Amino acid sequence: MNQRRAYRSYVSYIDRSREYYAAQGYSQPYTWACHDDAPFTPLKKPLSECRVGLVTTAGKMDAGAERQGRRKSRDLYAMAANPAPTRMFTADLFWDKVATHTDDVESFLPLKRLAEYASGGRIGSVSARFYGVPTEYSQGKTSLRDAPKILDWCREDGLDAILLSAL
Amino acid sequence: MGSARDIVEECGVARFVFTDFPLGNPCGKPWDAGMQHSIVGTALDLLEKAWIPRTTVQAPFRWGNDEWRLAFMRVDDSNREALARAGEERRRLQAEAKKGDK
Repeated sequence: MNQRRAYRSYVSYIDRSREYYAAQGYSQPYTWACHDDAPFTPLKKPLSECRVGLVTTAGKMDAGAERQGRRKSRDLYAMAANPAPTRMFTADLFWDKVATHTDDVESFLPLKRLAEYASGGRIGSVSARFYGVPTEYSQGKTSLRDAPKILDWCREDGLDAILLSAL
Repeated sequence: MGSARDIVEECGVARFVFTDFPLGNPCGKPWDAGMQHSIVGTALDLLEKAWIPRTTVQAPFRWGNDEWRLAFMRVDDSNREALARAGEERRRLQAEAKKGDK
């Protein structure tokens, strides 16, 4: 159905979070990463021959962290992708806890769905490990510490492409 | 793959599959394996077919209602005072925790 709207349909989280924290009395808004240039690399071989991995912003399940509602560590991690984990720690992340839930890991870390594409021959294989990168409010740490480590793991695991799923 | 379109596009990425859902399920609704399969498939298509950076493709799914769009992080007259109090309380607890660290 055609509609007319005075505002964009999708939620602007930059606007929404700035106004939300301002209402809580925070005078300095968070400044988001903004780059003039974005990287781009075409695939170097057919997708059906590529090994593909996944990166998540969710944390490893940890009973202590679950009780406290926060993660013990903000360390990066690499975990076996098969069998796919049935639970991940997401309580400390800022997703919409009223409208939805994260009980189905595949809704944000689709390792089984990716494996289906490997079985069907659409991709060559799924990486033996997936990678976790904690939400880090320091953009310097993300680009100078975390991203190079993820790249090292991708190379160790022989990946040709990687998908990042942000919660 | 993500649902925070403005944050990802401001940052700038090579390829982006945008799913216009509440934050939390960027790869499809919980327990909807068919939808998840489709969204991952779109990401794989994009790996293969995009030719320039900042290529965004929107997944063709709707959440089912639009209530979440206004409700998330809402600020209006009904909660303005409560939010201001919550902010003050949070800063007080943070200051106390800082004192305890010393």
